[in-house]
Amino acid sequence: MSTSNLTRRGLIKNSAIAGAGFAAPTIFTASSAAAYTNEPTGGSVTLGFNVPQSGPYADEGADELRAYELAVEHLNGGGDGGMMNTFSSKELTGNGILGKKVEFVTGDTQTKSDAARASAKSMIEKDGAVMITGGSSSGVAIAVQGLCQEAGVIFMAGLTHSNDTTGKDKKANGFRHFFNGYMSAAALAPVLQNLYGSDRNAYHLTADYTWGWTQEESIAAATEAMGWNTVNKVRTPLASTDFSSYIAPVLNSGADVLVLNHYGGNMVNSLTNAVQFGLRDKIVNGKQFEIVVPLYSRLMAKGAGANVKGIHGSTNWHWSLQDEGSKAFVKSFGTKYGFPPSQAAHTVYCQTMLYADAAQRAGTFNPCGIVEALEGYEFDGLGNGKTLYRADDHQCFKDVLVVRGKENPTSEFDLLEVVEVTPTSQVIYEADHPMFAGGALGSCNPGA
Amino acid sequence: MDQILLQILNGLDKGSAYALIALGLTLIFGTLGVVNFAHGALFMIGAFCAVTLQRILNISTITIDPTKTDFLGNPAKIKTPVVETWFGPEMGASIIDWSVPLAILFAIPIMAAVGFIMERGLIKHFYKRPHADQILVTFGLAIVLQEVIKAFYGANPIPTPAPEAFRGSFDFGTYLGYEANAIIYPYWRMVYFGFSAVIIAAVFAFLQFTTFGMVVRAGMADRETVGLLGINIDKRFTIMFAIAACVAGLAGVMYAPINSPNYHMGMDFLVLSFVVVVVGGMGSLPGAVLAGFMLGILEAFASMNQVKAIFPGIDQIIIYLVAIIIILTRPRGLMGRRGVMEE
Repeated sequence: MSTSNLTRRGLIKNSAIAGAGFAAPTIFTASSAAAYTNEPTGGSVTLGFNVPQSGPYADEGADELRAYELAVEHLNGGGDGGMMNTFSSKELTGNGILGKKVEFVTGDTQTKSDAARASAKSMIEKDGAVMITGGSSSGVAIAVQGLCQEAGVIFMAGLTHSNDTTGKDKKANGFRHFFNGYMSAAALAPVLQNLYGSDRNAYHLTADYTWGWTQEESIAAATEAMGWNTVNKVRTPLASTDFSSYIAPVLNSGADVLVLNHYGGNMVNSLTNAVQFGLRDKIVNGKQFEIVVPLYSRLMAKGAGANVKGIHGSTNWHWSLQDEGSKAFVKSFGTKYGFPPSQAAHTVYCQTMLYADAAQRAGTFNPCGIVEALEGYEFDGLGNGKTLYRADDHQCFKDVLVVRGKENPTSEFDLLEVVEVTPTSQVIYEADHPMFAGGALGSCNPGA
Repeated sequence: MDQILLQILNGLDKGSAYALIALGLTLIFGTLGVVNFAHGALFMIGAFCAVTLQRILNISTITIDPTKTDFLGNPAKIKTPVVETWFGPEMGASIIDWSVPLAILFAIPIMAAVGFIMERGLIKHFYKRPHADQILVTFGLAIVLQEVIKAFYGANPIPTPAPEAFRGSFDFGTYLGYEANAIIYPYWRMVYFGFSAVIIAAVFAFLQFTTFGMVVRAGMADRETVGLLGINIDKRFTIMFAIAACVAGLAGVMYAPINSPNYHMGMDFLVLSFVVVVVGGMGSLPGAVLAGFMLGILEAFASMNQVKAIFPGIDQIIIYLVAIIIILTRPRGLMGRRGVMEE
């Protein structure tokens, strides 16, 4: 008589559990050999550049990719070194990262959360990317940041301006160099008050998704604090192409300022429509009607043509800045590609340098080592003046540029002019500010 | 009341674009029996004809100006458009300013050629295939065309302004006894509406009052019999396809100043235009025009804050909602004919 207690039922049950274990995605399961996900073992390290290569932000994605390629070239000792020469940290010497040659793979986010997650996952699982970076949308950034946290790799966000990226959706493995809606509002409000006074009625048109909502909330709060009245906040579907039916009622509402919380194609079309309707030629409540575009991008401003002239907004960086870092970056990028870099190109170049430098200082690619090296890190020389990577939320704090559409551009790149550089002290906020509340940073996840 | 008038005006220009695209779709469907999903792409190519002409007119000679520097600190390159050199600065500048209306002349041969090549090169092979095959192949063609445009012109919208004379808006309110600024409407959108009306009238007149039109109408009613009478109906239908392509293309040219053209604009209009065709009644030209304006205006109404306060999100679904109601109550659409798509 057998003493084995193996039964048919038990065998099936145990096999099912074992099968489920094998079937689980490998990025979420432990590998006994490596100390962390995709630990580089050979002479090279792979970075994953996840940018929109198709879809409406493809041009911005292409500019990000150019900057990434330039950064990799500089890290590996090629070119003129760009901002590596002006960066306050001198750890990077053009010998790759930790002596390993930097290689890269690219993915196409298509500016869709699911596609972006799929391409990031593929770069982590198949190509062994130790860090994922890039993107041109907050919805995508938040989705990919969540994936990287689970997979145990670092996410260095690209162009994402929603408060939520480092607010309620912040993650320990995620870092953002780009500024956010709150900072735009804090920088813009005093300038708007100086220009247009304290007695104004604002009408908001807002793209109906995470970025639009947080920017609308930020701008409305900042302008109301200086005495402006918010007449109406109208949400417009992201897929809208013609904004005439949203713009036509603006004049009749008693508003004398129109705030366009739109980006990309939405911004180009809503601004074009607003100018077509002659809003800027009107006098309402005895005052000249004004339009504000809180988040400006030069690439997008180009699409709106002459309509941007005289319209104020904010931007993370502009190629006309005259600090040493910006000059070095513009020279390096301009010489290679023949035109100046966009703010998207600048932020992703900085993110790559910051990651490389953090790994170098930490002496490891382990995400927990990188997190420790970046948290509370202060640096300079990357085009935005003194900058802090705050430990509490992994948000960079630096000066914010208030810009205006240039009246007399001297070239096709010369679309915006810097009106004011708002110092960090004016745009910083507490880590537990209500607009950033909810969610927790958690702790770093090394994966394996 | 002023709000309602305002939204009727707003619906007119969008309705014009829907009507023009739907008119072309119906012409193709009625004559060739093909459901052409690439029709939105023809609208987009039309808009890019305007962009292309603008670029051609801006072809410049480059001179180096040592007194100025570019962004890298090198001597600046000064561009002078060739047309300004040929016709003098003032005349040259106004030719460039009028590039969009001029693009109408530029677009007609291009669109006719595109339509001809599309029909002879691809679509004619699908006449006898099921509608599902036609939809797949034309949808694929639409994607190819938009990717080709993106490869040449990039993904960002390209500003294509209306002539200086038509910028700004007209204050209807003051004429109707309302306050100033109550009902404003951009001049160019008025031009667009007028232009569409002319094109629609021209297409109807062409079909109604010419021998060619008569044959085409007869062919739409009974293709086989017309063929048996010894008339080369295929040749006429190819010409009709080219005409439908021109109608969509011209709608696109004139739409360029309203919203900066991008590679995706065709798709944005395509789905709605199909709804317009179905609501108007498959194969009915007056139905397509009527439904185009009706849905354009309804969409504008649904975007009113007062309406959205009662039905949030109505602006995104109104067209489909109305389409469902009309198809449930009138299965052939507003002016549909018996026997179309019913075999």
